Formats: sequence, structure tokens, C-alpha cells
Amino acid sequence: MSPALIVFFVLAGLSVIGALSLILQKHPIHSALSLIVVMVSLAGLYLLLGAEFVAAVQIIVYGGAIMVLFVFVIMLLNASAEEHTNFSKLAKFGGLPLALALTGLLAAAMIHNGGAVPNNPTPDALASTTGISMMLFSTFVYPFELTSFLILVAIIGALVLAQREKKT
Amino acid sequence: MNAVTTFLTQDGGFWVLTLVKIALLLFIVLTVNAYLTWFERKVVALMQSRVGPHRVGPHGLLQPAADGLKFLFKEDVMPGGVDKFVYLLAPFLALTLALASLAVIPFGPNPLPFKFFGHQIDLWITNPDIGLLVLFSVTALGVYGVALAGWASNSKYPLLGGLRSSAQMISYELSMTMSVVGVLLMANSFSLTKIISLQESSKWGLLSWNIFTFHGGCPQIVGFLCFFISAIAETNRVPFDLPEAESELVAGFHTEYSSFKFAMFFIAEYTSMITVSSLCAILFFGGWNSPFPTPWTFTHYIPSLILIPFGLWVIFDGIKYETIFGKLILPGLGTAIAGLGALLLAGIVIAPLHEVNEYIQGPFWLLSKIFFFLFFYVWARGTLPRFRYDQLMNIGWKLLLPVSIANVIITAGFVLFRSAP
Repeated sequence: MSPALIVFFVLAGLSVIGALSLILQKHPIHSALSLIVVMVSLAGLYLLLGAEFVAAVQIIVYGGAIMVLFVFVIMLLNASAEEHTNFSKLAKFGGLPLALALTGLLAAAMIHNGGAVPNNPTPDALASTTGISMMLFSTFVYPFELTSFLILVAIIGALVLAQREKKT
Repeated sequence: MNAVTTFLTQDGGFWVLTLVKIALLLFIVLTVNAYLTWFERKVVALMQSRVGPHRVGPHGLLQPAADGLKFLFKEDVMPGGVDKFVYLLAPFLALTLALASLAVIPFGPNPLPFKFFGHQIDLWITNPDIGLLVLFSVTALGVYGVALAGWASNSKYPLLGGLRSSAQMISYELSMTMSVVGVLLMANSFSLTKIISLQESSKWGLLSWNIFTFHGGCPQIVGFLCFFISAIAETNRVPFDLPEAESELVAGFHTEYSSFKFAMFFIAEYTSMITVSSLCAILFFGGWNSPFPTPWTFTHYIPSLILIPFGLWVIFDGIKYETIFGKLILPGLGTAIAGLGALLLAGIVIAPLHEVNEYIQGPFWLLSKIFFFLFFYVWARGTLPRFRYDQLMNIGWKLLLPVSIANVIITAGFVLFRSAP
């Protein structure tokens, strides 16, 4: 087993454990912390694939900004441990089969393409900051600008909602 | 082969070398941290016409050691009702992240003149292409140490401190990141060594640093001011020390921490001060470049020249003490320092010693700049009152952020204009 593979399994295991703990923890802060573990180990996986820029941005944006906001809101509301309600019937009877179906689908797709997954699927263009910016501002410039526009709309929406609350 | 897989296939010599470098850097940084507290107390005392620590050792120089011992031996109280896991995690997180950011800071341009099992000994632990991004991601995670400490303490003042710190750090991270974009645009790289080497010019000396850029470029003086102010807020220092505000919140987020866990927050804060000071020096003040034009080789003797009067001062100051310090240690130390300075000055005629003088140029200038910014931190603490919370938010969002965005746009326009044929 190559060292890279060992690191992969450590990080993958960490992210799976983090994700499970995110669901199973009773306290919102513990769940948020588990989510941070998932985000950081995903960044590690990106780094392993050679996508340095994406890895750093993953930590800055998801691990830093977004999760800090989550933690901030949980702290601000002083949310305490959640109380478990009875599971909804849909989740009880529909959940497991659907989860199994999804897992089966993913597994089938992986087996189907099994030989085709390259060892290092990141093209060099994606690894460097220059490559990513070239792609963003040439090939994918329209989707990129549209997404920016969407985010702007969301920001204005949030502002409008916040203002309305203030007046009443 | 990408950077990580290359790293994973290194041989044993590389690992040993890296571990030794890490241990050495940790030792140096922790010692500097301890003496930074002494330095801060002395300078603030001077500004307030007091004496400052002067009981333990000459000029109170052993005070940090006494403080460290005290922290170690104090009773470690864990208050009731805390969230144990998060309570213990928070100081570790704060300290680890603060120390981790030092790994990417380059301290000198040239590797040591000998090799370790075929490995070149550079004056940095690692030098990734995304050096600056690594620093920012570590800073982004650094909020958790403070915020979680405040929350886990299960007490109202720490909670308020934690809340304030997370709001403050999110706000100022934006302007901090924005203010360095100008430098990045000119350097076209995230690599710290590349950013430094682009500030070098044989003709202009200190005028070619990113803050002036006489050798072609857009002066980043506005970017620097935005960066430094946001960085002070990011490290929770006066005048932005709202998360601990003694007069309002007892001690803020670390109220419920005692003994060495409190010391860990303290060390984390001082370490991030060092990181920020080195970043200021590297991004805006030429890093290890000398402030003099390259042809002025006689300026290479400045470090040695400083050592001689310093050594003589240590001797004359030392003999005043009637303890073992006055009889033996201080005069001995002073003689050694002055002797070393004289020996290095002999490099004017002796070629190998001249090489040594050349070699210490980079580290000497970088460390002097870092020291200057550390002094600036202390200066601000000694002179400025704390901002009110609404003022803090107004400065961050309504002043620093727009100004740093304007700086990005102007610099981008300049770079575009220059690169256009």
C-alpha cells in the first residue's frame, strides 16, 4: 500500500466518521464541529488529488466562513441539546430502502467505470490557481457570472427580509 | 506527481530534517513569546512612566521564566457544567493553529551552506505555492479556538466574548484578505518567497518594497494600512480586544480557564502577533531584502556593527549588579557579543567571515522588520483606547472593506494598463 493510499483511507475514514457523528450527536455545537471535521478532511482529499487551490479555498470558505456562521448562530440562539421526537413514518419505512437504493446505484456506477477511474484524475490546469482562473474567465465565464448574479439576488433577498423584520 | 505525493515519498533524511526544524522553530518561537510579554510590559511601563518588571533577574529578564513556572504549577480548575470535550479542545485548537501558520513563513533567502544527507537546509519548514492561502485558511479556522472556548465555559461573560470574537473575526477577515489582493495581483503568485523576490531591485533599495514600488508597480500603502488594522483586529489585540475587554467582560472568552490552559490562549495570541508581523514584513516591506540598494555592500556590516556597542552596553550595565549576574554572567555575555561583532567586522579583510556577513543579511533584516511591527503592536496597546462595539463594526464594514476593494480595483487597473502593449 502506497503512503498516498494510507493517507487517503485515513482522511476518507475521518470524513465518514465526522459525517456519522454529525447526524448522531445530540448537541448542535457538536454536530457543527463534526461538520468542520468533514470539511477539513475533504480539503485533505483535494490536496491529495493535487488540487491545492481548491483545498485551501475549501478550508477558507467552508471550514472557516460558513461553519463559523453556523457556530455563531447556534451560540447566539443558545440552542441546547435537541429532544428526539418520534421518527416520522416516512423516514422509518421509506428511508432505509431509499438509502440502500442510492448506495447500490453509486456502487453500480463505480463498478461500471471501475477500470476507468484514473489514479490522479486532476488535470494540471485544475491544480494551479492560474489554470482555474483561466477556465473560470474563459470557458465557464457565463455559468460563473450567472452564479454570481444568483448569489447577489440571494444577498438582496436576505437584506429585504432583515429590513422588514426591523420595521414591525 | 503532485506536491502531496512527492512529500509522501521523501526519504528518512527529509523527515528527520523537517522534524528538527519544527522543534527548533517551536523552541525559538515559544522563547520569543515569553520575552515578548516581558518586552510588552517594559514598553508599556515606559510609556506610563513606570519601571515595569525589574525584580526577577537584571531588568526583570527572568520574569517570563517565573511566569511560565507559575502557570505550570497553578491548580487547574475545571468549572462545573462545562462541555468537557469542547472546553478542553478549544485551547488546543487555538494554540495548534497559531503555531501551524509559522510553518510556511520563510526566514531567509539562502539555504545553509552544508547539506543534511543530501537535503538542502532552507530557512523555512515548507514553501508551498499556495503559501499565503495556507496562512489564510489557518486564520479562518483560528476563530474556533476563541468562539468555542467562550461557548464551552457555560458562563455568560465568556459566551459574550466568544460571540463578539466570532462576529469580529468574520468581519475583519474579509478586509484582511481583500487588502493583500493588490500584492497578489502584482506578484501573480501565492508563494511567499516569490512575493519577496519580486520586491528586490538593485537600484531602489527600500523604495522597491511593495509599499512604495518605485521599480514599477502600484504602491500598496493603502493596502498595507487596511491589512495591518484588520490584522490587529484578527489577533484580538488592543484597540480591538473586544473579546476580552477586561472592563466589561471580566476576561472575556478565557475567564473560566486557569493554569496552563490560560497560558495556551496567551501563547496563541502572541504567536499570531508574530505571524502577522512577519506577514506585514513579507507582503509589504520587502521581506528579507535590505533597505539599501544592492551595490552598497558596506551596509552588510550593519548587524556586526550593532553587536559591538550592544555588547559593551551589556558589560557596563551588568557590573552594576552585585549578584552573580554582575560578577560573571552579564559581563561575560557582553564580552562574547562584542567579540562576535568584532570578529564578524574582521570580515572586511577575511573572505570566509565576509561570507558569514552576507549570509545573515536576509534573516537580520526580516527579523528587524518583524520586531518593528511587534513594537507597533505594543505601541498601539500603550496608547489607544478600546473601540466601542458599534464603532468596531463600522470601521470593519464601512471603512476598511470599501477602501480595500477600491485598492484592488486600482491595482488591477494598473496591472492591466502596464501589461497592455
